[in-house]
Amino acid sequence: MEYKDYYNTLGVERTATADEIKTAYRKLARKHHPDVSKEPGAEVRFKEIGEAYEVLQDMEKRAAYDQLGTRWREGQEFTPPPEWGAGFEFTQGGASATEAADFSDFFSSLFGNFSRHAESTHAHGEDHHAKIFIPLEDAFRGGTQTLTLRAPQVNAQGRPELRERSLNVQIPKGVREGQHIRLAGQGAPGIKGTSPGDLYLEIHFHPHRLYHVQGRDLSLSLPIAPWEAALGATAKAPTPNGVVEVKIPPGSRSGRKLRLKGRGIPGEPAGDLYLILEVVLPQADSARAQEIYHTMAKELAFNPRQALGV
Amino acid sequence: MERPQDIFTGTVVGDEGVLSIDELARACGAESQWIIELVAIGILEPEGPETSSWRFHASDLTCARRVARLQRDFDANLDAAAVMINLLEQIEQLRAHLTQAGLDVDEAFGSKDT
Repeated sequence: MEYKDYYNTLGVERTATADEIKTAYRKLARKHHPDVSKEPGAEVRFKEIGEAYEVLQDMEKRAAYDQLGTRWREGQEFTPPPEWGAGFEFTQGGASATEAADFSDFFSSLFGNFSRHAESTHAHGEDHHAKIFIPLEDAFRGGTQTLTLRAPQVNAQGRPELRERSLNVQIPKGVREGQHIRLAGQGAPGIKGTSPGDLYLEIHFHPHRLYHVQGRDLSLSLPIAPWEAALGATAKAPTPNGVVEVKIPPGSRSGRKLRLKGRGIPGEPAGDLYLILEVVLPQADSARAQEIYHTMAKELAFNPRQALGV
Repeated sequence: MERPQDIFTGTVVGDEGVLSIDELARACGAESQWIIELVAIGILEPEGPETSSWRFHASDLTCARRVARLQRDFDANLDAAAVMINLLEQIEQLRAHLTQAGLDVDEAFGSKDT
């Protein structure tokens, strides 16, 4: 496992006071909170900050951590010293067992003695939550996704440890971004014979090459030729359920929206698919093409800047 | 232990109110009283006239868990968390508009400072 430099994570000196550590933590937490920051990796960064603070805000843990000395560097291969833990008795920190489950192996090897589960007064096992990213196509046809989850489980010695497990989940047709799939009994095991918690999977779509998703509606940018826009035409357009033919009304402009009712995400009611027309110009890359453009310039009395008064 | 080839079928929590107050509280690792406060302050708007018949949707679950995190991580009181939630929702809507208009959201927000 890799050594974690908690002081470095919070950007404080090893001699920092408790107040300095708290200030540094709060500043970083505001910046990287996954609900506030949209930076990729904010969630990971926030957990690292939380883990560092969990150790450094606690006198006992900080003292124990400091005992490892200053010779270690972030990311260095680390094994806890054999006498580790002797003479220290850790009381519960601020983090719950669920949060601590997200902490690094380094953290759990040093302070892994969490036993909150045993004290829990809830009548059920805890509910667990996970995000799941699925292809948009699954919402149209349904599908099965395999996910790997890490969750804390109490081992034979009564200590929580991280267990990985794989789960195949049926994705029902018609699911939308932001919905949850609730798997009864797949959360944390119940304590002393009570019922286990549930697992909630929050649905997200992978970004799609063609379609933007908004609720149950989709939108697609549909390129069309100038003559199709000007004269009207029948054009082919892809939809998640296959190719359709659409009528382009004469006199269409870029940005015009055509609505294909019921071609969005299935359901009651089904969503719509919006085609956003985008007029694309043919390149003047041959003598013939240039000739046609010249003819248009000559023969069409067209001033695109008329509205600007020039 | 389930064999990995088993396929689990869950229930969808969507726009239809399906979660009771107890289920929502449990899913947030909180007490029912806290949910009642969220409703009183207008962060959550359940269907149903009485507490016992309240029904919540997916968006309530997402929102309540977010409030719980903001409260825990920033020591925010409920009013402050409610303001944060509103602002965050507005930012998300603006981002969605930008993405749809084909703009690079990160560039538009100038958030490439890490």
